Amino acid sequence: MRDDELKALIFAELKKVAPECDPAEVDPGENIREALDIDSYSFLKLLVGLCESTNIDIPEEDYEQVFTLGGMLRYLASHGA
Amino acid sequence: MGEFRMPSLGADMEWGKLVQWLVKPGDRIRRGDIVATVETQKGLFDVEIFEEGIMGEPLVQAGQKVPVGTVLAMIHSEGTSGAAGIVTKAPPAVTARIEQQPLEAASMSPVPPAQPSVSAERVACSPSARRLAAELGVNIEEVRGTGPHGAIQRSDVEQAAQERKAARQPAPSAEPAAPAPSETRAAEALQQGMRQAIAAAMSRSNREIPHYYLEMEIDMSRPLRWLEGENLKRPIRERILPAALLLKAVANALRDVPELNGYWLDDRLQIKPELHIGFAVSLRQGGLITPAIHNVDKLSLNELMQAMGDLIERTRAGRLRSSEVTDTTITVTNLGDLGVKTVYGVIYPPQVALVAFGRIMERPWAESGMLGVRRCVSATLAADHRATDGRRGSQFLEALNRHLQSPEKL
Repeated sequence: MRDDELKALIFAELKKVAPECDPAEVDPGENIREALDIDSYSFLKLLVGLCESTNIDIPEEDYEQVFTLGGMLRYLASHGA
Repeated sequence: MGEFRMPSLGADMEWGKLVQWLVKPGDRIRRGDIVATVETQKGLFDVEIFEEGIMGEPLVQAGQKVPVGTVLAMIHSEGTSGAAGIVTKAPPAVTARIEQQPLEAASMSPVPPAQPSVSAERVACSPSARRLAAELGVNIEEVRGTGPHGAIQRSDVEQAAQERKAARQPAPSAEPAAPAPSETRAAEALQQGMRQAIAAAMSRSNREIPHYYLEMEIDMSRPLRWLEGENLKRPIRERILPAALLLKAVANALRDVPELNGYWLDDRLQIKPELHIGFAVSLRQGGLITPAIHNVDKLSLNELMQAMGDLIERTRAGRLRSSEVTDTTITVTNLGDLGVKTVYGVIYPPQVALVAFGRIMERPWAESGMLGVRRCVSATLAADHRATDGRRGSQFLEALNRHLQSPEKL
């Protein structure tokens, strides 16, 4: 998947858990849970959504690596998305 | 023959708008069936019925706004013409407060209770307004009602009390703004209604409940390590969040200290055997609702996680069932999931306690003469001092800690 496709996918999943947000305005290095006020339940839902579309099941111990948009892009790309 | 009434879906609900009937006259209905949709200041709710029988003609039509306690329809018993009736009985799960409301409404009825055609006029005063009048020493007969059908509302009582003190102030309108044509304005009206509902419940809490607060720092290393081991075996969809552990531990601790689970009503503590834990769910557009997860003590962690997910989804989509907002026996808030270290809660009347968790974070931890770094959570109990004393509250927090330290038994 190309970077922009992956980004669009992440944005679409983010919009599902935080419909009023504009993911494009979030800094790639910013913690998305804090920036977009995403609680632990919604964060898990976001990861489930990403797993459905990329088939990548992010293990709990790697959550820290996907707390930012940049981190999430890098993680998914390096795991074959 | 039974009566199906407008339920009270929250401590300070005074009216409800019947949005839609989901059953037709002549339909067979069973306990727990969803029979109507009702709109309140907090949004739309699917209203369940707690009787069995045959649905009669609706006495309130879709679109009508009526006070809590108003008969919405008669329920006929099956195979009889109504004489050998179904006992009108509120479900055991519904709060005593709810049970008492229709009685209060009926007791002041100027007409015999079985005349459905005048049902809307029967409730001249909402029960919460009646209580407030008693508290403020206002003669209810001298209060002018501004609610639907001239019903006396809390705001009317407050107004009367103000006037009596000769400190005349404009009455705050208890009615939300009239439905606006555009969706945005409707959403704004709902928001405003939500704010008013929260304001009313919280003001009442602060006015009536002498809160005391206790706090305990809990070492979460062991429960979290156990949970991580469990989650490692599970696909992402089946993973369990720490919040489920916390909720289940609260339920188990409440079995050890039942005095915190129940209501303060009629000047006494009424302990509830069921553990229906209200779980604060914040809404993205602002405000919060605390729907109950029923019988938490009887759910496995998997079932509890599913129940939480289902409840959060339906709360945010505005599709809660009436029983989920009427029979909460204690509330838990996990506000710290995102931010703060410690939360001091405000109890939802008539409940007698609220348990709050802060954010799980690493802290310095001294034990056996050694200093280490542990993942900790601060658990706070806000409790009603009329119902319990600090010693019992402290025993609850100790029990909570004990249950969390044996996560495999949760």
